[in-house]
Amino acid sequence: MTQFVLAADDLVKHFVARRSALGRPLATLKAVDGVSFVLRPGETLALVGESGCGKSTVGRLVMRLINPTAGRIILDGEDVTTLSEGAFRPYRRKVQLIFQDPFASLNPRMTIGDILAEPLMLHDVVPASERRGRVAELLRTVGLEPYFAGRYPHEFSGGQRQRIVIARALAVEPKIVICDEPVSALDVSIRAQILNLLKELQAQLGLAYVFISHDLSVVKHIADRIAVMYLGRIVETGPADAIFDDPRHPYTRALLSAIPVASPHARRDRRILEGDVPSPIDPPPGCHLHPRCPYAGELSRTQRPTLDDDGAGHATACHFWPTIPQESDILPSEGAVDPRLERLFGAFAGPGA
Amino acid sequence: MTVHALPHAIEAADVSIETPARRAWRRLVRRRGAMVGLAVIVLVILVALFAPLIAPYDPATQSWSAVRKPPSAAYWLGTDEVGRDLLSRIIYGARASLSAGVISVGIAIAVGVPLGLVAGYAGGLLDGLVSRITDAMLACPFLILAIALAAFLGPSLGNAMIAIGVTATPIFIRLTRGQVLSVKAEDYVEAARAIGNPHPRIVLRHILPNVLPQLLVQATLTVATAIIAEASLSFLGLGQQPPAPSWGSMLNSAQRFLVNAPWMAVWPGLAIFLTVLSFNLLGDGLRDALDPRSK
Repeated sequence: MTQFVLAADDLVKHFVARRSALGRPLATLKAVDGVSFVLRPGETLALVGESGCGKSTVGRLVMRLINPTAGRIILDGEDVTTLSEGAFRPYRRKVQLIFQDPFASLNPRMTIGDILAEPLMLHDVVPASERRGRVAELLRTVGLEPYFAGRYPHEFSGGQRQRIVIARALAVEPKIVICDEPVSALDVSIRAQILNLLKELQAQLGLAYVFISHDLSVVKHIADRIAVMYLGRIVETGPADAIFDDPRHPYTRALLSAIPVASPHARRDRRILEGDVPSPIDPPPGCHLHPRCPYAGELSRTQRPTLDDDGAGHATACHFWPTIPQESDILPSEGAVDPRLERLFGAFAGPGA
Repeated sequence: MTVHALPHAIEAADVSIETPARRAWRRLVRRRGAMVGLAVIVLVILVALFAPLIAPYDPATQSWSAVRKPPSAAYWLGTDEVGRDLLSRIIYGARASLSAGVISVGIAIAVGVPLGLVAGYAGGLLDGLVSRITDAMLACPFLILAIALAAFLGPSLGNAMIAIGVTATPIFIRLTRGQVLSVKAEDYVEAARAIGNPHPRIVLRHILPNVLPQLLVQATLTVATAIIAEASLSFLGLGQQPPAPSWGSMLNSAQRFLVNAPWMAVWPGLAIFLTVLSFNLLGDGLRDALDPRSK
């Protein structure tokens, strides 16, 4: 008996970036460079990181939309890494994907009804005679009207389309849903609705989410556990509270300190990293972060740090994290700023404030 | 809740559920240009089918007493250089020209589209092979290749159609392949895989419908090219065999008498022009009617 529904074991994905005239690879891009994680039933694991850190590639690897260069994918206790496309097809009932861009992920020439009936047909979820009823049920589940089934995707707003994408993913009754930046293409006003819908569905249906995002404020709202990725590797992973309250890796700390705060009184010590993300075609040796890290030592330049668990499920891939000064003010806290500003805000505040 | 406020809307929607074909037809009917085009094409088809019943004279009967007569009550559209009735020849010529246009494009689509779909979707070695052959064929001028093929196959209308069809095939291979490459990269194709579609179904259900509009427009344009190519082949004696008429061969024999008997060129020219225009109008209308995003 396994305690997890999905596990990635040392996943590696290299893309060939350049080829010689004869087709021999000259440069490889290490999009994912040894990523391991487990997903427990009903939990939300957030994969966070900047664009290009490989988080979406991990999602596609797990979905078997692309094949890994090395490593294993364990789905529901079975190693599915080497299954052929056809042999993996039945497993698609267990794991589904929600795309980032709801304007691109629905076929413009199929009605909503056809889009939702297709997975029901492919996996024989319900008999043909019950398909229309199930489509109506799915639409209601995601908060849409059943009569939308006869319409085409272009007739809907971004938020409604994302609900349709969610309904399509739920059609096969999966256990796991990979959410690839499901709200980053949506208006801020719609984001909360979709996030709440995802949370409700998780509670109702016992879904496990791999939630891929670059937006930490969104992740804070939804994640049980977090894995922070940098240049194709997980640098820190742990329970969401631990990551937010006690970030250990210098990269995580920099990421957290970049969350904008909607308060003029907020005061904090920003940990801004110098320089740009190095190219994944030729990443720096040792710890990938060392050229940008103020705490990097000789060991960081030569040896890849391992992701060491502290026993409470909080793991950090850094040689020096215990020696880094732990400041508590990375996350915003209320505090006095310039007294003149203070007076200015006071003047605008109501008498009762 | 809006759910309870909308039972009528739900019923109405249930009633109005229609097949995609009916929906496309309903939208096509609203487009005047397309309907005019369709009407002309249907008319030409009917004329071609019932030619023996409509034509006032035999198209091959020569009359030395009525050589190159201008339009008159006896010969509505005039006569040609050996005294054959132009109206009858146009009516019978519709058969050759229409079938040359439609059948050769049919051949080109039947061969080119599947090859383009497979090459574009599969990629790799297969794509390389198909694309290089296509390049080689496109490197030859259209008409030269058609003439060479028709000469190789032997002079007859059927062989001319095959020659034109084969010559037009690389256009469809290349167009289809290019469109498939762009559609294949769309998220909804990846979504179709993620949901568990087998490859053939992805190609036929998710990619082909999104490639079809461009193919349709190209097909109507190629019908025009094919009708004119048949004319050229007829002129060289490789298409419709005399004395049986086709619009193209009529036009070609008329050019020697352009000053003395302009009507000999005007009527077949007009017939080609109207038919080609109608195909283009219908093609444009179909493309729009098949696109759910257009009104």
